Amino acid sequence: MGRVVAVAATRPSFVKEAINTRWGVILAGVLGFCVPLMAAVLPEERADALYHSYSGGGVTINGPSILARKTLGKKVSVWGNYYVDSITSASIDVITTASQYTEERTEYGFGVDYLQDTSTLSLAFSNSGENDFVADAVHFSISQDMFGDLTTVSLGYSRGFDDITATGNDGFERKANRQNFKLGISQILTKSFLMELNFETISDEGYLNNPYRSVRYLSGGSYAYQGEVYPNTRTSHAAALRAVYYLPYRAAIKAEYRLFTDTWGIQANTIEAGYVHPFADDWIIEFTYRYYTQTGANFYSDLFPNINAQNYLARDKELSTFTDSTYGVSTSYLFAKKGWRFIDKGSANISYRRILFDYKDFRDLRVQGYAPGTEPLYNFSADVLQLYVSLWY
Amino acid sequence: MKNFYANRIGLLTLGLTCLLLAACSIEPWVKPYERANLADPIMSFSRDPISSSYINHVYQAREGARGAEGGQGGGCGCN
Repeated sequence: MGRVVAVAATRPSFVKEAINTRWGVILAGVLGFCVPLMAAVLPEERADALYHSYSGGGVTINGPSILARKTLGKKVSVWGNYYVDSITSASIDVITTASQYTEERTEYGFGVDYLQDTSTLSLAFSNSGENDFVADAVHFSISQDMFGDLTTVSLGYSRGFDDITATGNDGFERKANRQNFKLGISQILTKSFLMELNFETISDEGYLNNPYRSVRYLSGGSYAYQGEVYPNTRTSHAAALRAVYYLPYRAAIKAEYRLFTDTWGIQANTIEAGYVHPFADDWIIEFTYRYYTQTGANFYSDLFPNINAQNYLARDKELSTFTDSTYGVSTSYLFAKKGWRFIDKGSANISYRRILFDYKDFRDLRVQGYAPGTEPLYNFSADVLQLYVSLWY
Repeated sequence: MKNFYANRIGLLTLGLTCLLLAACSIEPWVKPYERANLADPIMSFSRDPISSSYINHVYQAREGARGAEGGQGGGCGCN
């Protein structure tokens, strides 16, 4: 929708891919799949309305998100989610190989949780659509409390079905299928110390690259472009350990480590630390630092030596070697703590993150006057803002 | 190679079985009435799912890694 020059436009392939994995995350939070410590009770009845804004690297994405959950009887909880990304992209890829474009992506999700003694069964469906990409998915999970409710084990399975088309190429239709396998273990270690361990394997099969994106190769002292070619399969494994500790003066410190590897040769490490501090009865402030590093995919190159240099070709910067660092702060104001009309309590929240991306093998082609392969390396920063209101009822 | 994996899986199964049998007799060392700190909202891994899912989406769209993001957590574990 609204794409200025749609045919040649490029965009991050991982935006597409993330559509499906995003639903895994939503489910982790919304369904309680990764909520072992709360698994034996139904999630709280609440509604959230969020405005989000991302701005960085020539890309602006904003829009609303609404999430509501309602309990039916004593054993059933249902939820619904509506989410929009309004995208204006003049990223470095778009500038160097195409023209700025705008488009909109809309997601819908709904699900149901069923509580039986110390088990919770969850089922959910999701749909994400834009003018050239549709993703449907179904999710199932079960969690079980055990050992005096000190431990909760969760298992999850998802299937995703993507339909990919290309604007300006009427005959182009491709499909991709995805499967997610999840295992979560949560453990109360002491009366002030929680820990959780999550594993997830994701298996993709089908058309996994971006129909608009190109790689560059050396050609007569300069360089030229050809389309990307990705493998038709990808399997990834991720393991994450998280801990949160309650400090003596009512504050909390958090820590997280995640290890990632996949069959494309990407290996990644993520560390994150946070500090949560309530003050003046009605306020909570949280500081976050996050560091991420990854190696590039085996078939990634910023500059290939010739056309069709190898079977698989990629120049998506998300597949290159890079690091990023995040500095974040968020504040919550709690209101109506004793209830007001139909609500039990509410919160107004603002969250800001600044992310610094530093690429080790992706060069800035906007800079002129350099021989191919000697251009300066690319980097950029992004501002991520969230404003949202939550009501419990 | 097949035997290698079969042995590993066998050992893993044996280990898990022992763990589960041993755990059957575990006495909860944190009693329900001792979980006030754990129930505090500041102890949640993610207090607001709508926010954490968005932030995870931001990273997924720009990083090669995916999965095991976790979700909300915390709470006292008591009914």
